[in-house]
Amino acid sequence: MQDNTQSSSYQQLEQKSKYTNMFLRWFLYFVLILFASYFIFPLYVMVVTSLKTMEEIRQGTLLSWPSGLNFESWAVAWGGRGYGAGDTFLRPYFWNSIKMVVPAVFFSTFIGAMTGYVLTKWRFKGDSWVFLFLLFGCFIPFQAILLPMARTLGVLGISNSIVGLVLVHTVYGIPFTTLFFRNYYVSVPTELVKAARIDGAGFFKIFFKILLPISAPIIVVTVIWQFTQIWNDFLFGSTFSFGEAAPIQVALNNMVLSSTSVKEYNVDMASAIIAGVPTLIVYVLAGKYFIRGLTSGAVKG
Amino acid sequence: MKTLKIEDLSKNFGSTEVLRKINLEIDEGNFLVLLGPSGCGKSTLLNIIAGLETINEGNVFIDDYNVSKVEPKDRNIAMVFQSYALYPSMNVRENMIFGLKQAKTSKEKIEQQLEKVSKFLQVDQLLERKPSQLSGGQRQRVAIGRALVREPRIFLFDEPLSNLDAKLRVEMRREIKKLHQQLKTTVVYVTHDQTEAMSLGTRIAIMNHGVIQQNDTPENIYNKPSNTFVADFIGSPSMNLIKGSLKESSGGISFSVSGSNVEIPIKDYEFIDKSNLNNKEVFFGIRPEHIYFKKSNESDFEINLRADLSEYIGHEQIMTFDYANQEILAKFPSTIKIELAKETKLYFDLTQTSLFDAQTEERI
Repeated sequence: MQDNTQSSSYQQLEQKSKYTNMFLRWFLYFVLILFASYFIFPLYVMVVTSLKTMEEIRQGTLLSWPSGLNFESWAVAWGGRGYGAGDTFLRPYFWNSIKMVVPAVFFSTFIGAMTGYVLTKWRFKGDSWVFLFLLFGCFIPFQAILLPMARTLGVLGISNSIVGLVLVHTVYGIPFTTLFFRNYYVSVPTELVKAARIDGAGFFKIFFKILLPISAPIIVVTVIWQFTQIWNDFLFGSTFSFGEAAPIQVALNNMVLSSTSVKEYNVDMASAIIAGVPTLIVYVLAGKYFIRGLTSGAVKG
Repeated sequence: MKTLKIEDLSKNFGSTEVLRKINLEIDEGNFLVLLGPSGCGKSTLLNIIAGLETINEGNVFIDDYNVSKVEPKDRNIAMVFQSYALYPSMNVRENMIFGLKQAKTSKEKIEQQLEKVSKFLQVDQLLERKPSQLSGGQRQRVAIGRALVREPRIFLFDEPLSNLDAKLRVEMRREIKKLHQQLKTTVVYVTHDQTEAMSLGTRIAIMNHGVIQQNDTPENIYNKPSNTFVADFIGSPSMNLIKGSLKESSGGISFSVSGSNVEIPIKDYEFIDKSNLNNKEVFFGIRPEHIYFKKSNESDFEINLRADLSEYIGHEQIMTFDYANQEILAKFPSTIKIELAKETKLYFDLTQTSLFDAQTEERI
């Protein structure tokens, strides 16, 4: 008798927890879909608008599907309409940005790796102060260094040039890249360096042969971070360059804000997507390493 | 010629003194164990021998040559680390020959050494594997192999077994012992495990607070500890140190504890200094394994003590007795039944005792 009541009360509990779990699960999906659409919605509007003709846009149905796959506005955004002066299009500035972002990412990542290596494996007196000041560099707002940087570029004779922008972004990126590499190398056992020293390897050999080959996760993190920062930068680009030397984000701004008679929303949208695609590609290609690199530092050896 | 000699060595990190006036000598083929609690400076001393740490004062000689300012790679040493420190990106072969390649050894010589050592350590099947694909014991072997291929004058081991589980540790300990017996190389070995130290070392240097407390053979470390620190550190459970005083009379010297009228005769003890023994405050040291339940020698001293606590640990039991409010531990086979809270007749083996000055804590 007692056994029966007990087992029936367990049955009730089981039923109850089943319903609770089901409810929580559906609620979870609801919230996730809500948040996901919140982010996807603007992208949807951009894509469909870029594929519409101006007439369709004027009808004012923001969310409706385009009548067909009309890539004309993309072509215009990338290559222009072909009538000389005043025709701004993205192609030359896209290559400007590539020429800026590749060396800037390379140098800032490399220098950050070196600094992180020294700060963790070749400790010296006052090294924690050096690291503290470098860390401080992460918190300096862009605006604060505009004037001194403009002066520096002027003195060096590289203002309004891609080389100048590479320098600015490299310098500004070093605190971040150093922070990444330093935190990664802290978890690499120092005994590795000791063993290599006894084996006769020097400063650079230890870096290139022992540490760099195990740094792939953090290199990916740093490259994604720096690429996104530099590619998406508008302030440095617009301050230190104009005209032909401008990077794509500046050109995008000029294009969208240029005072022509009609606002070509479809071309604007296509341009904005083109300007954003490279960071997306980098993230899709290396994204899984990004999460892995951020969460795991320890090297099992 | 001494293979390794350390002379008046001192080291500090900032204002912290890590090593103080260390003097050490090792003859060719000896196995020296640096033993001590964590933070005693033993690893720092090993790093200094390797040349990985700078010296504040004193000198290090290898084969009578002052190497204090010589780079680690030129000291003719090899080191095995606690974390093995195998290069994660290289396979076993590359790991083992990395040092030889740095030293620009000829290809034939490298291949020859690699083959010899990898066969010897039974890692010749693993040469193409990465360290992450090896078990703990295999990594340990490869780390030793990396040291062996260089044919160094001195092997330095920095707690090489402490990352292994208990069973594997005992196995690897035996292998290191065999290795030393076969190769007869000079070894300096750092550990905090007294069993490892006792079983491996031909000499043991016990360190505490940056000072060498005793540098001696394992037998002397165990039987004749030079101060209470060594007496307490070696042995499990450690030596009973009974506080009391000595009395000198016509019948000879005896030891007694205040609050008890039992007088323990000190007959065949080898005093370092025989003067001023009367009324001297001392610690009477006797190991738990030298207290017997049955009389086994003619000279054994009979004493009645109350049993307070019994700890059963399988093959033996550790009993706690009360001797004038001082705890005395004794180790017996677990077959013996002893009733708690009762006076029990015990026998102290007086040939196995130590006496320490209560003030200086040094052996007398």
